[in-house]
Amino acid sequence: MRLLTHNMLSSNIKGVTNGFPLGIEVEKVIEKQVDFNPDFLRNMFAKVEWKALVDAARTMGYAELPEEADLSMLESDDFLKRFHHALLELHLEEGALVCPETGRKFPVNKGIPNMLLLEDEV
Amino acid sequence: MKLKQLESLLGDLEQFSNPKVELEQYPTGPHIASRILFTAHNSFGDVNGKVVADFGCGCGTLGAAAALMGAEQVIAVDIDSDSLKIASHNAEDLELDINFLQCDVKNLGWRGHIVDTIVMNPPFGTRQKGADMEFLHMALKISSQAVYSLHKTSTRDHVKRAALRDFGAINAEVLCELRYNIPQMYSFHKKREMDIAVDLWRFVPKVIEDMQ
Ligand SMILES: C[S@@+](CC[C@H](N)C(=O)[O-])C[C@H]1O[C@@H](n2cnc3c(N)ncnc32)[C@H](O)[C@@H]1O
Repeated sequence: MRLLTHNMLSSNIKGVTNGFPLGIEVEKVIEKQVDFNPDFLRNMFAKVEWKALVDAARTMGYAELPEEADLSMLESDDFLKRFHHALLELHLEEGALVCPETGRKFPVNKGIPNMLLLEDEV
Repeated sequence: MKLKQLESLLGDLEQFSNPKVELEQYPTGPHIASRILFTAHNSFGDVNGKVVADFGCGCGTLGAAAALMGAEQVIAVDIDSDSLKIASHNAEDLELDINFLQCDVKNLGWRGHIVDTIVMNPPFGTRQKGADMEFLHMALKISSQAVYSLHKTSTRDHVKRAALRDFGAINAEVLCELRYNIPQMYSFHKKREMDIAVDLWRFVPKVIEDMQ
């Protein structure tokens, strides 16, 4: 699971009012190289919840993103490369996503998060 | 990528070995799948460089087609882990880098508008009543640019009304009518195969910026 996916998933358990962002429990992180596309990243920047990305990346062992980011940073190649790495190249291969309100864990196996709810959670 | 080439690559994909009746698991054939993504790319620019999601991805044909047509990221979602296994083998075989997610599309928890385009062949709702409309509703909430979907031609008026009036689409257009061939996989299909009329739709969602 990429942090791109993490940045748009939220816990949808019945009764939960703010299920975003999901916590991350790491068992295994892998990195996969992805072609660098600055235009795509500039476009993504407006759609991403920055703080959730920074925190998630740090949990996965990558602490090179600035706490705060603004549009002027999109001029910098160095910034874009860090953003690229965090958003697209880090993968949670094994572990879990954790509902921020209930602590319910959603397992991630072989890189695939299982967000299925139990009957009494719907 | 040429249309013929796309169609032939999709034709090599592994499909459901033990389709589950209640989940309406039948594949979109390579002929239709290649034309959907080819049109989305060539006529509308909805694929290249975009984030594309495939809802009810099954063995991943539509998502793979999107990746082959130049989608920057593809997110393929299905409720069934057996389908996701086949879909990830298929992606590996074609050396495509696809994001998989196991989830019930009907209660997907989602934030923001990172996904541009959604392509789907939803369950037609013959086994889970209304499933096609629930997929469409969710797709129109999540995507920011376009939704491509197949629906039975017999439901055309209903689909149009629901999309425009209830799900806030700003446009709903039938791009073409197809003959969809559902092979006899299920005992309740009396004939050897069923040929049904299906519309290929393109919907444009209304994007409401949520507060960040
Ligand atoms: C008609 S098949 C289409 C498969 C594939 N997209 C294709 O075009 O070949 C419908 C798919 O939706 C999946 N599905 C059914 N109900 C679902 C649900 N509630 N949430 C997510 N996927 C679902 C099934 O497992 C199946 O793979």
